[in-house]
Amino acid sequence: MTQSSQETTRERLNPYFGDFGGQFVPEILLPALDQLEQAFVDAQQDPEFQREFQHLLTTYLGRPTPLSLCQNLTKGSPVKIYMKREDLLHGGAHKTNQVLGQALLAKRMGKQRIIAETGAGQHGTATALACALLGLECIIYMGRKDAERQQPNVFRMELMGAKVVPVDAGSGTLKDAVNEAMRDWTASYPTTHYLLGTAAGPHPFPTIVREFHRMIGAEAKAQILEAEGRLPDEVIACVGGGSNAIGMFAEFIDEPGVRLTGVEPAGKGVATGEHGATLSAGKPGVLHGCRSFLMQDDDGQVEESYSVSAGLDYPGVGPQHAYLHAIGRAQYTSVTDEEALEAFQLISSHEGIIPALESAHAMAYAIRRAKESDKPEILVVNLSGRGDKDIDHVRRILAQRGA
Amino acid sequence: MSQRYNHMFAALKARNEGAFVPFVTIGDPDLKTSEAIIRTLIEAGADALELGLPFSDPVADGPVIQAANIRALKHHITTQQCFELLARIRADYPDIPIGLLVYCNLVVANGTSTFYQRAAAAGVDSVLIADVPLREGVRFIPEAQAHGIAPIFIAPPDASDATLNGVAQASEGYIYLLSRSGVTGANDAVAAPAEALIQTLQNAGGAPALLGFGIARPEHVKAAIAAGAGGAISGSAVVKLIEQHQQAPETMLQALAEFVRSMKAATQGV
Repeated sequence: MTQSSQETTRERLNPYFGDFGGQFVPEILLPALDQLEQAFVDAQQDPEFQREFQHLLTTYLGRPTPLSLCQNLTKGSPVKIYMKREDLLHGGAHKTNQVLGQALLAKRMGKQRIIAETGAGQHGTATALACALLGLECIIYMGRKDAERQQPNVFRMELMGAKVVPVDAGSGTLKDAVNEAMRDWTASYPTTHYLLGTAAGPHPFPTIVREFHRMIGAEAKAQILEAEGRLPDEVIACVGGGSNAIGMFAEFIDEPGVRLTGVEPAGKGVATGEHGATLSAGKPGVLHGCRSFLMQDDDGQVEESYSVSAGLDYPGVGPQHAYLHAIGRAQYTSVTDEEALEAFQLISSHEGIIPALESAHAMAYAIRRAKESDKPEILVVNLSGRGDKDIDHVRRILAQRGA
Repeated sequence: MSQRYNHMFAALKARNEGAFVPFVTIGDPDLKTSEAIIRTLIEAGADALELGLPFSDPVADGPVIQAANIRALKHHITTQQCFELLARIRADYPDIPIGLLVYCNLVVANGTSTFYQRAAAAGVDSVLIADVPLREGVRFIPEAQAHGIAPIFIAPPDASDATLNGVAQASEGYIYLLSRSGVTGANDAVAAPAEALIQTLQNAGGAPALLGFGIARPEHVKAAIAAGAGGAISGSAVVKLIEQHQQAPETMLQALAEFVRSMKAATQGV
């Protein structure tokens, strides 16, 4: 494959977003991060790479995804809610966009082995399918607790040829899986690409993940201009690590008339401490390679997050979100488990779309906005994934309540 | 800057010895036993100490030291308690160099300057932040120096000359030289210590190198010193003894003392 050039004078991307971001990793990983950055910069300027990526996005993933207007949910409100239908993408969520991009980068760097972390299994599944497609070896680190809770996803990954390695350390959840993947990488980087699953981690991951998800917002922008002849008033997305949100926001950041809203998981309520609302309730710190906001105690020990939605259950957040929050360009609010579950049911029953619990957080906020507003506003929400994976979980919760 | 590392290396050189530096996580398996462990390491002949502050997410550590972090944190040990323990050790052992090995979030959580100030007050000589490479270290070096703490950086085995030069320039006291890639752990055979790396560091005017990762037996120490290192750091092998004997502290302390004596003996007359 292509040899990435190692000359010292080369184009370098900015590793920071204001005070956030950076490369807080053991020294030994820097050559791997530099190589990745170079491969990415080259690939972005390489028409052949872009053609291959576009071709797969269209013929394999099913892009572009539609922008659907809510037909019934907003009855009686002057507000229109448009949903960007990433739930219709192959793999069932936005995640496959950037996974394909990174897998192509790995091939470009001549790396045949892919490692990735997964929480509930969504990123692991996306990685497994991309590796199956592109003929790459695939190792997925998954907290043991998560692997036990998500047996169907473990099976899915294994069906597609991935090896799932349960992680016992720590709490046995997503953050421990990230730790373990990073440990693997410090020994394996010459032959292995770490396919990080969200817009966090050390530079250049936050930038790569954003750019490989940028089409979400780019398509939505063109589609809303086509449908309404103007930009939306507000663009809304859920935020765990923040990949779907940054992909949605990227094209709108320079449109000052468009409000950007990230919706974090408030879990059982921010005041209970059982939540994942990192930007709303955390403080700046360093975890998993970047300086960002973090859920932590007074000493700086990282705390466990909680959310009914596994995809939002992460005590950190991407550094660009921390920056957008700090400069006030985006606002970050939160939605409880309860509100998300209600939205999950409302969207199913009123629109015939079963959303992922993650996306139900973004929709819950949009529905709240539609109820409260008396102006004819246009909201665009990233419906980042479909809810098939959540059916059993939600059914059990509702059954317990006798609903 | 404290002169303890300089004095130690000078004294060892005069005796034709290298340094043996054991590592343990402070608070493992509990605060009280941990203090007894640290005193035992010193009494048994450790030339310097490398001590870890327990952290929730030790990404540079293998399973043995991860478990030590978990054991320590199970007792909700605080950074304040760790510094108090260090101050007691310093009071009784005024000359031994004490290095801290920490993760970045513990340094920045209450302000970087505050952290170095507390470390200095507790008698710490150096701080190595495992997840701060040289590139990010530029923000930390002046803060460390302002409080008389030596900043330590890691020299990876496959580093470019530019990185090695940078590490040599930025590190004071000593340089932490990795014997191999990967995370801490005593399970793998140690790669042949690279004379060339050590030479490059020395040519760049760097402080003496201490070789770490996978140092588990006296022959590893001998090989490190023969290759030109100033000494060797042994972490997981020490921590394994703590893990093995955590139910029997007396046996544990004996085993640790014996281990340190055998490793220290290997630094002599190489």
